[in-house]
Amino acid sequence: MPTHANNAERLLKIRNLTIEGHSDDEWIEIVHGINLDLHKGEVLGLIGESGAGKSTIGLAAMGFTRDGCRISGGTIEFDGMELTTRPKSELRSLRGSRIAYVAQSAAASFNPAHRLIDQHTEAPVHYDIMSRSDSQVDAMELYEKLRLPNPKEIGFRYPHQVSGGQLQRAMTAMAMACRPDLIVFDEPTTALDVTTQIEVLAAIRDIVEQFNTAAIYITHDLAVVAQMADRIKVLLKGDEVEEADTATMLRSPREDYTKSLWAVRSFQKPENLRPDASSAEIPVVAVDAVDASYTRGAKVLHDVSFDIHRGMTVAIVGESGSGKSTTARCITGLLPPSSGVVRFNGEELPPSYKQRTKDQLRQAQMIYQMADTALNPRIKICDIIGRPAQFYSGLSGSALKTRVEELLDLIELEPAQYYSRYPPELSGGQKQRIGIARALAAEPSFIICDEVTSALDQLVAEGILKLLDRLQSTLNLAYMFITHDLATVRSIADEVVVMKEGRVVEQGPKTVMFKPPHHAYTDLLLSSVPEMDPDWLTRLLEERGVDNIGEAARN
Amino acid sequence: MLDVFSIVAKRLGFGLITLLVISLIIFIAVELLPGDIAQAVLGQGATESNLAALRAELGLNDPAPMRYFNWLKGAVVGDFGVSLVSKESVTDSITPRFVNTLMLALYAAVIAVPVAISLGVLVALFRNTLFDRIANVLTFTSISSPEFFLGYILILYFSVKTGWFPSIATVSPEMPLFERLERTFLPALTLVLVVVAHMMRMTRAAIINLLASPYIEMAKLKGTPAWKVIVRHALPNSWAPIINVVALNLAYLVTGVVLVEVVFVYPGIGQLLVDAVSKRDFPVVQACSLIFAATFILLNLAADVGSILTNPRLRHPK
Repeated sequence: MPTHANNAERLLKIRNLTIEGHSDDEWIEIVHGINLDLHKGEVLGLIGESGAGKSTIGLAAMGFTRDGCRISGGTIEFDGMELTTRPKSELRSLRGSRIAYVAQSAAASFNPAHRLIDQHTEAPVHYDIMSRSDSQVDAMELYEKLRLPNPKEIGFRYPHQVSGGQLQRAMTAMAMACRPDLIVFDEPTTALDVTTQIEVLAAIRDIVEQFNTAAIYITHDLAVVAQMADRIKVLLKGDEVEEADTATMLRSPREDYTKSLWAVRSFQKPENLRPDASSAEIPVVAVDAVDASYTRGAKVLHDVSFDIHRGMTVAIVGESGSGKSTTARCITGLLPPSSGVVRFNGEELPPSYKQRTKDQLRQAQMIYQMADTALNPRIKICDIIGRPAQFYSGLSGSALKTRVEELLDLIELEPAQYYSRYPPELSGGQKQRIGIARALAAEPSFIICDEVTSALDQLVAEGILKLLDRLQSTLNLAYMFITHDLATVRSIADEVVVMKEGRVVEQGPKTVMFKPPHHAYTDLLLSSVPEMDPDWLTRLLEERGVDNIGEAARN
Repeated sequence: MLDVFSIVAKRLGFGLITLLVISLIIFIAVELLPGDIAQAVLGQGATESNLAALRAELGLNDPAPMRYFNWLKGAVVGDFGVSLVSKESVTDSITPRFVNTLMLALYAAVIAVPVAISLGVLVALFRNTLFDRIANVLTFTSISSPEFFLGYILILYFSVKTGWFPSIATVSPEMPLFERLERTFLPALTLVLVVVAHMMRMTRAAIINLLASPYIEMAKLKGTPAWKVIVRHALPNSWAPIINVVALNLAYLVTGVVLVEVVFVYPGIGQLLVDAVSKRDFPVVQACSLIFAATFILLNLAADVGSILTNPRLRHPK
């Protein structure tokens, strides 16, 4: 599909765009002179890590800046109109009608107080493009085109009554309401499960082609952008790294930074195998027929069983709501199981953490997804790490200080530099390292990693995975690795447990699990992970048929 | 909707328990007042036998728990006993006063709530402009001035200097509504000035609090005009805190108006309570306190239910 747009009319022309952000009473340049061209009907992928300025540039293409940002130089020409010098009211009348926006989290970007269809019709009615009833009919047609279930009825629901993947498609329909010339997609599938992501990707691609709409597709996921874009522009900290059409970019990236992005998924640790059954080693953690439910709610775990052996990584894989984190809560005793037991080195653990001894508590530690919220921002690093060392090992004074420094060394942060800092002074990856050090401070034999890399950029995430791997081999740790990202599983896991709706559907060593034949659900999960091949989505849709993806395929 | 009903029923139950606890606290507080009630009522010249007779008549010789339950039993059916001073039924003397207070509160509320919320929306829309600052200064001035001072200022300008409104708000039950509204305009205006600031600030804060939400950004990116972003997208989601502050202020209009009543010589329940306290007329004190407590509880309950009803997740379950 690429480059059919080369001869088409130019829609958007950005030259030398600089944007400044306000922080600590001064304006700091965050986008340094970006050039961008987009033709009618063309899809441009903007890709980069967080802080690259992707969203800021995407919004600037609508003549919009978030509070605390301003366009400080350059030109933005949309269909012959210069946006940077236009009065605000004229800019506003372009938004929604000629340029539309699809946000990252549809669940947060739909107003919870209004029905979907009322939000859909708002712009067409406001611009007098359609009457309310015509716009409602049009909405239903768009819902149908986007393959939403019950297109005639779904619009009359409130956002909380509709699932995430459906909301994201409804939001794409809303962006289409006035048939804009340009849509800015800002990470539209980042918050979705892989199986849901596919149907949203397919729907977006389809409708953009049908209406010949130009699009800027912002994402940090290369494999996703490869499916969607005609051309790709790589950004780094507000600068352009390089731009090329999709096929060229994937085949032969020029710049080192781009190559490093491409190479991220290549990290793979050697697989450890379970000791022979004959040696009869007792697993570090054995989850045995555990059922669990939250207060007065329905059962969320059904007969979950698996073992984790010393020095091995077991990845628990599944979509949101499949019971991964609940299983972790049962192991740590935060949620006492309603039946079944958790054994530690063969010894049965009391169901609730309140009844466990200090030593039992010490053995199992957790690292959380959001390092930001898991660290108290007003406590110094040395105290965050020192506290468990003091609590479990009774260290104090200089012994404690030495131990904290040792731990900082382990996680590759210079002790002299970080010892007395506060969490807000650290980057996302550094905070996650502190989270790891805090878990290690208790000298556990088993660590639960709950989506530890999913909030991080790929390069940073890779660093964390390598660190975890090194720690595992030096300290002989067992990991339970909760994730929905199969690329992470591929690189770090020894064994895989696949969960669906609170049940274990399949488990086994990684090499076996990643080789056919699979359980149907495992197969669905695996085949839903986007690959770095621009034709992957097209091929997949041909194989499965458009009506057999996403939610439809799961049942 | 079944959820909503069960929530309301539960809250109502808690409200009743709270009221029971408060009734006990009121009784104990009155009990702890120093001195002998019979002595206070009859004065220094009373003979020992007169005192004994009065004590027997009031049941003061009974043990305290028994007196509490007797009082409570009456209160449940609306009988608060007999005033020690006037010898009239407490219920009869309180009812017209309470009606007056409620009318004044309603009068003030009907003006204050719409004004406060519209002002709140406007200052949120024009936040950090001159208009916002002026509205801030004015409402803060009115909330920081004592009520009696505000009342006298209003009397000075609207009554003494211009003669537009009467300075004394005497009303009687047979007075026609319009005349009544005119007579009570100044006390109502005083109350409005006292409560508007709080509700306006909360409306402004609740709206501005939401302006960073993704759905507000989405509305802006759909080209929605600024006023519509506030009124259609922010306001419907900020009702819960606003309703709570409105309820608190309404409760204040009923229970906190004694100073205004004194300034304007308005026959409300606040004055009655002050008189009763100074005369040790404990049945009246207890009755008034219980009514005030019930007002607070009922309004807070209404606020809870109101804010629950503004939540679409509860109105439209999955």
